Amino acid sequence: MVLITLSVLFPILWVVSMSFDPRADIMRPTTLNLVPPGFSLKAYLDIIEKPSANPVSLPVLTMNSVLLAGGSALASVMIAVFAGYAFSRFRFAGRQTLMIAVLAVLILPTVATLAPLFVLLNRVVIGDFNLRNSLPGVGLALLSSLLPFAIWNLKGYIDTIPKELEEAALIDGASPNQTFFYIMLPLSTPAIAITAFLGFLSGWTEFSISWQFLTDPQNFTLAMTLYNMTGQYASSTPWSHFSAMSVIIALPVSLVYLALQKYMSGGLTIGGVKG
Amino acid sequence: MATMPIARPETPNAKRQHSNSRLANPYVYLIPAMLIMSVMTYYPMAYGLWMSFTDYALKNLRIDSPPPNFVGLQNFIDIATGALTIPNFDFAYTVAFNLFWTFSNVTVHVIIGVLIAVLLNARGLWFRGVYRAIFVLPIVIPTLVVANVWRNMFDPDFGAINQGLAALGGLIGMPASAFHIRWIESLDPPIPFLPLPLAYFALLITNVWLGWPFMTIVATGALQSIPRDYYEAASMDGASPTQQFFGITVPLLRPAMVPAIVYGITLTFNLFNLIYFVSGGGPLRQTEILVTTAFRLVNQERLYGIAAAFAVYTAIILLVITLITNRVSRATESYDA
Repeated sequence: MVLITLSVLFPILWVVSMSFDPRADIMRPTTLNLVPPGFSLKAYLDIIEKPSANPVSLPVLTMNSVLLAGGSALASVMIAVFAGYAFSRFRFAGRQTLMIAVLAVLILPTVATLAPLFVLLNRVVIGDFNLRNSLPGVGLALLSSLLPFAIWNLKGYIDTIPKELEEAALIDGASPNQTFFYIMLPLSTPAIAITAFLGFLSGWTEFSISWQFLTDPQNFTLAMTLYNMTGQYASSTPWSHFSAMSVIIALPVSLVYLALQKYMSGGLTIGGVKG
Repeated sequence: MATMPIARPETPNAKRQHSNSRLANPYVYLIPAMLIMSVMTYYPMAYGLWMSFTDYALKNLRIDSPPPNFVGLQNFIDIATGALTIPNFDFAYTVAFNLFWTFSNVTVHVIIGVLIAVLLNARGLWFRGVYRAIFVLPIVIPTLVVANVWRNMFDPDFGAINQGLAALGGLIGMPASAFHIRWIESLDPPIPFLPLPLAYFALLITNVWLGWPFMTIVATGALQSIPRDYYEAASMDGASPTQQFFGITVPLLRPAMVPAIVYGITLTFNLFNLIYFVSGGGPLRQTEILVTTAFRLVNQERLYGIAAAFAVYTAIILLVITLITNRVSRATESYDA
């Protein structure tokens, strides 16, 4: 058990330790330290000022990531909760077909539609603005893969809410739409929050679309910057900077994930198995 | 009377409303989602299908540029025969590697995941809560970060893996130079009869680190619902712990593990971040999977038509896998029932 624990913790400790290395300017760690040889926030201060070779500061990159992830997550749950409700509660012509259509998209990887999306969004040009080369464009492309997941997850959750609650409200004289807004929506809040968080997570770490679509460093995201630090410009990045960046990307979402974990597994297994 | 014909249809109408969960029109609720998906998902998919029959490339990208030429099945033939401008491209190898990658990973995940869940569930284990809290960390940390960190850990000169091995080797008097292992770049297959480069094993190690905790969580949940009486009864009948494991634990875990395995297969098959960031598909495309190849076709080669055809192949392969896993999981479902 202790051995397994060590192997799980090892990469995490390694990276955290490097990020606090007081010798932030040396390019590579010459010795293996799981306890840092001192403590310094220099690596963090360095990357806040200038995370990569591009003239963009960390706050700008973070803002881009937050806007992209937050915007697409919010849009996906707002649209999906209506669709999830319709799939869960109504029996209507074409229901089965539409559900299969949603599910089919779910198994397709994002890169499968990368080429057509790139070509199509590239066509939308208004003056100097090109939808493809913009955060809203990436957000829309992201939405196309988030939406089926959100619909399916929310449908699974709504399936577990007893119908009697709405029936009671109807008898008390609520209109059908009122039952949705006053009964269903409040009851689904936990599932909506978790689905939105998972959507946020995939936007936060999205790489392939943004890397393909965005060319202006002002629009770059944290995930793209991390790749810049390990990919083609790896040789010019001190590992302490790379480590600090990893921690900055991973820490906030990991903490939220840990806090939500109890609800997460419940919501997800229901969403997954009930389908 | 004028009121009669109006009154009559009200009854079936009210009835239909009732059977429809007495609600507003379901289609109204579906409009926003279907609108977005039509524009952003289905139309691009249909457009991609059309693109797969053309020689769409960089030259056709500008709005005022001429439309691409229709080339029929040429893209599909070029991909299948490996007649692309990309060096070392071998479609059959990539598909085979992708499948082998998926099944080897999921198998290891399930075996390790279940064994650790059983260990965690053992009576009298100290610090159970602490272990559980630590073991979810790989799930919680974004794959993107995990992959980039492991990439650096596998660095031959400064990576933690080689340095750690050298430290261990030093204890038994081996020189540090013996552990200058080129995990990602090395071309020699470490196991002579398996045509897999060392990078595959580096990826496997990374993905095992990443993947087993999910299986453990699923298995732990299922283990806790197995009544202790079963084991007590079995040991009274003289069953050994091994017999108990295969006679009670394994069959009762099956219903919970099958959906997790299906999920794991789809996830591992399309595991872009891990492969792209750890090995980059190298060396010589030997660890490239379908999604990383598809990304390269768009991102580096800018062969949009061929990339679209590649996506069609990927979709077909995924469809077959999904149908097979569905069939298998249904079969076990009815077996359990």
